[in-house]
Amino acid sequence: MITEALVLSAILFVVGTFGVLVRRNAIIMFLCIELQLNAVNLSLVAFSRMWGIDGQIFVFFVMTVAAAEAAVGLAIIISIFRHYETVNVDSFNLLKW
Amino acid sequence: MTSLLFYLFAGLAIGGAVGVVMSRSPVGSLLFMVTTLAAMAGTFVLLEAHFLAAIQIIVYAGAIMVLFLFVIMLLNLGHDYQKDLKGGAFAVISFAVIGLIAGVLARQLGASGSVAGAGGAEIDAATAEIGALGVIAEPLYTTYVVPFEITGILLLVAIVGALALAKREV
Repeated sequence: MITEALVLSAILFVVGTFGVLVRRNAIIMFLCIELQLNAVNLSLVAFSRMWGIDGQIFVFFVMTVAAAEAAVGLAIIISIFRHYETVNVDSFNLLKW
Repeated sequence: MTSLLFYLFAGLAIGGAVGVVMSRSPVGSLLFMVTTLAAMAGTFVLLEAHFLAAIQIIVYAGAIMVLFLFVIMLLNLGHDYQKDLKGGAFAVISFAVIGLIAGVLARQLGASGSVAGAGGAEIDAATAEIGALGVIAEPLYTTYVVPFEITGILLLVAIVGALALAKREV
């Protein structure tokens, strides 16, 4: 069971990474980042079956940080959308040098 | 039975994840993501992490995904699905990168697969004694109480930051 969960976690992480790399829609990229966080959560839960409860505590903290990150990130996306009328990441080059 | 359920949830989770990446509409992506999160909550239950499974449904599928849904609704993205996937050389590079990550993860899995600690038995014994919630709460309020409090501050800062960023004029 633990090994299968780790394999599932690895697959989900890779799919999430692929999504971040190939999509242009900022919101979907953000969803894919959440998917990566969840994959890591799953592997932490699986490892807690090996090493004790600490893994589950970490998952708790990761979820809190993900909630905070979602709130701030979505606020950034909203304020960018006000300027450019799009969420396509190719059209933001404010930080490009 | 348990492993059958696990493979069911794993299939749902992977299908949902592929749907998130491949769906053309943001709302479709979001609903696939909810499927993935629910399936992962199922795997959490199978791994005896009952509290986290409940939190996964309530906080992730219930709160964070609804926040995403509100933002999609607010931004009115319904009409302009221009081709959203990056193509050409970038796709090739992406495949190379994820192939690399998959290789590293597979290597690590091969190395860690044989290790088996006694953590699961410890958790099960503690669950029988103080309950599934107590198992999480006891270290959270003793060993990890400082990170727990800092998390509270983090959430406060995130609320203030989100308001300041999303307000029209600060």
